[in-house]
Amino acid sequence: MSDITKQSLSELVENIKCKKLSSSEVTKAFVERSEKSKELNAYITEDYANALNKAKKFDEKPNLDLKLPGIPMAVKDLFCTRDLRTTAGSKILNNFVPTYESTVTQNIWNEGAILMGKLNCDEFAMGSSNETSFFGNVQNPIDKNLVPGGSSGGSSSAVAAQLTPITIGTDTGGSIRQPASFTGTVGLKPTYGSCSRYGIVAFASSLDQAGPMAQNVKDCALLQEVISTYDEKDSTSIDFKRNEYSKELTKDIKGKKIGIPKEYRVDGMPKEIEDLWKKGIEYAKDCGAEIIDISLPHTNYALPTYYIVAPAEASSNLARYDGVKYGFRAEGENLIDMYEKTRSEGFGAEVQRRIMIGTYVLSSGYYDAYYLKAQKVRKLIKHDFDEAYKKVDAILTPSTPSSAFKIGEKTNDPVSMYLNDIFTVPVNLAGLPGISIPAGHDAKGYPLGLQIIGKAFDEQNILNIAYAMEEKINFKNNITDWWIK
Amino acid sequence: MSKNKSEYLINRHDNQYEVVIGLEVHAQVTSESKLFSTSATKFGAEPNTQVSLVDAAFPGMLPVINEYCVKQAIKTGIGLKAKINKRSVFDRKNYFYADLPQGYQISQFKDPIVGEGKVILDMPDGQKEVGIERLHLEQDAGKSIHDLDPKNTFVDLNRSGVALMEIVSKPDLRSPDEVNAYIKKLRSIMRYLGTCDGNMQEGSLRADVNVSVRKKGSKEFGTRCEIKNVNSIKFMQMAIEYEANRQVDLIEDGQTIDQETRLFDTKNNETRSMRSKEDAHDYRYFPDPDLLPLEVSDDFIENLKSEIPELPDEKKKRFIEKFKLSPYEANILVSDIETSNYFENVIKKSDVKLATNWIIGELFAALNEKNLEITESPISAGNLSKLINLIKDGTISGKIAKTVFEQMMEGDKDPKKIVEEKGLKQESDPKALEALIDKVIDDNRDKATEYKSGKVKLFGFFVGQVMKVSGGKANPQLVNEILKKKL
Repeated sequence: MSDITKQSLSELVENIKCKKLSSSEVTKAFVERSEKSKELNAYITEDYANALNKAKKFDEKPNLDLKLPGIPMAVKDLFCTRDLRTTAGSKILNNFVPTYESTVTQNIWNEGAILMGKLNCDEFAMGSSNETSFFGNVQNPIDKNLVPGGSSGGSSSAVAAQLTPITIGTDTGGSIRQPASFTGTVGLKPTYGSCSRYGIVAFASSLDQAGPMAQNVKDCALLQEVISTYDEKDSTSIDFKRNEYSKELTKDIKGKKIGIPKEYRVDGMPKEIEDLWKKGIEYAKDCGAEIIDISLPHTNYALPTYYIVAPAEASSNLARYDGVKYGFRAEGENLIDMYEKTRSEGFGAEVQRRIMIGTYVLSSGYYDAYYLKAQKVRKLIKHDFDEAYKKVDAILTPSTPSSAFKIGEKTNDPVSMYLNDIFTVPVNLAGLPGISIPAGHDAKGYPLGLQIIGKAFDEQNILNIAYAMEEKINFKNNITDWWIK
Repeated sequence: MSKNKSEYLINRHDNQYEVVIGLEVHAQVTSESKLFSTSATKFGAEPNTQVSLVDAAFPGMLPVINEYCVKQAIKTGIGLKAKINKRSVFDRKNYFYADLPQGYQISQFKDPIVGEGKVILDMPDGQKEVGIERLHLEQDAGKSIHDLDPKNTFVDLNRSGVALMEIVSKPDLRSPDEVNAYIKKLRSIMRYLGTCDGNMQEGSLRADVNVSVRKKGSKEFGTRCEIKNVNSIKFMQMAIEYEANRQVDLIEDGQTIDQETRLFDTKNNETRSMRSKEDAHDYRYFPDPDLLPLEVSDDFIENLKSEIPELPDEKKKRFIEKFKLSPYEANILVSDIETSNYFENVIKKSDVKLATNWIIGELFAALNEKNLEITESPISAGNLSKLINLIKDGTISGKIAKTVFEQMMEGDKDPKKIVEEKGLKQESDPKALEALIDKVIDDNRDKATEYKSGKVKLFGFFVGQVMKVSGGKANPQLVNEILKKKL
């Protein structure tokens, strides 16, 4: 089969299960395509030889009852992987090799998947374009010099370019959904507490969630089923009844009430986005859903709230990168000097900016005005959703206020970069699940995504809605393999 | 004793100053594993052998609360007659140091697990109540070792993440003696509860001491200084004395006291400025997002209450009421759980009054001389109780008992056997004693005459002589009776 890498995860699983394909054949195909795709810079660390060996071993004694039998997979470099360098896209962890495995990746390997390598991302997941990575920009396979979104930019690029059949990202303020939207792929941010944070390099602990990034909704549901487990090692993990999302997936969403929040019609929103949203509403109606106008009155405050809460937590979470125990260390005259040099040289500009913002908002005398107030607003934002969900089953919004932009276009304007997360951030603040599905193209032919936001723990419902709409939308990505010579 | 007599005041010129002291005691929770990880907590292990990935703050590692430590803190709270907060919150206290791997200490800032309580002190002039402000759980830091290498500092993370209870008193203490009594009482309560071993040499109990002074009669507090991390009662007392006098001197000199953190230099017996209020760390406390608020149910607390043993105050009351001990005796016997256990074991089968005297008197002196704890006593409670019974039933005299006791201290021997082997049994046969006494009177005719003519003081002389001749074995009571008749 010459077109192995064009197959979806579900097709590959099926073909391996009925022995039409071996893990080695599949792994080799993705490794070869990854090797030809270095220009995308999607990988930080490649582990191809090991992957091929593991595939061979799998084929010698294949366990075809597993959910991801012998499936090769590259993952975002924010997940700690035993014996394979984990950098979080930062110089400060350039040489860090964990002796342990994150729960989410362990769940994946337990179902038979094979690690191919670690995917590029914004440094410590702080960014919306993958331009803050110490390991350089990632190209969007849609077009040369186009950002793949961020922070899971390596992941979105790799899935869209079919360097990996599926992958996982992390989403703190939109880092799965926005890159999915920019690359014409599907990305799910699960309910906070659904996927364990154990072994994931922390950015903002109260917002971080791992989630699947896939070519289609069905694949996404399958991986969510694998990665979502209750974990005693994460005190914020929640023990709720998890569905078998892929098995229970249905396109029957007749009578589902879908809310349209008026506050998401933001000033200066491009007409293309407005049109996409309208189209999305029509698709949802076509699927039998009932459309209801709703209000989420505190939406305007979500972005400023996020840019207080997330940097505050980050400033503390990143204190451990001090050159003392592991990772990069710059020599210094004394302890303080060593700290200052290590952290000045080890962290990039965006990370330093957020550490400073976070340190400031937590400082004595400013704490009440910023951090405490932000926590109060966060409660109001959550309350908005609670009220809305008394009337509707899910909420439909655009994923992003624009399509992918050019590399370098926004790097000198952090605020305009931050505005990219305007539709995704409230979902993290409220701890809800949200999925981005590709829904159309802009005038330049770049993909645009729609976001479906669900009730807490109601991943199945938004996956179903996404599944139904996906069929109606019938989106096709225009990828020309321009980077392969 | 009048109240004023024991009042601790500092006199300068015509002014009298009162010292106001509050303590923040850091007590290591007795627990097999750390507050947020499963690493062991044994004292004295090889450096960095009790360190998990969580303790060393590896990327992606998360804290998980140790339920046992929570129970220990609540038990301590119950022992301090304190309010148990059903909801408490762990905060991060952010600062950089080489032995603080996370870059923050997980502590409880706004919402501690235990609220207000009290500790009763038995002072020479009566009881004194010291208020407890709060008790909270927090992680210990690692240890920096600066003197092993001229250029490098070594870090031992064995202690990193070990559970501590910070017990904050109200500024109710007024003298070094009260501080001594307070620490001892706190230690005693926690040892009864098994929540902290109170071992100050191993650093299981240390304190930050807040000291201020004010003119006697003044209602307002003076500016306080905090003396950090003092690890023995003696040093606490010395530090307070030095610091209070320093502050009084400043005031008398017309200067003001700067609120600051100070260190106690044990070599030079003085406190030295560590950092001023302006240089104080901004710890940027905020709730730890890795941990949910800690919520405990009424049932959980009630279950723990049922596990609380009889505590020193209650035990003291019982000893006084049931055994008719004096408050002084009761205080000594309840001061630590091992002593009171020993006492209660001895009196199971022997006379309370004698047991009290022998434990507080002979046993404590002997243990003290050998520098032994009661748990290391060569004489078991069972054998001491046998010895007391030998005295009580007249088999041996109190004096002989001391000889037997000395032998018992050499090894836990049965006192009955010692008495038999050495022939120390008391002579209580009246006929044998009469013969002895006749001989003594005969040998001292002149003194006998003097006695009869009114020099009654000589009676003691005759008793002594009889005892001497009998080798100390004569029953003193019988000797008295017979002598009286014969003389």
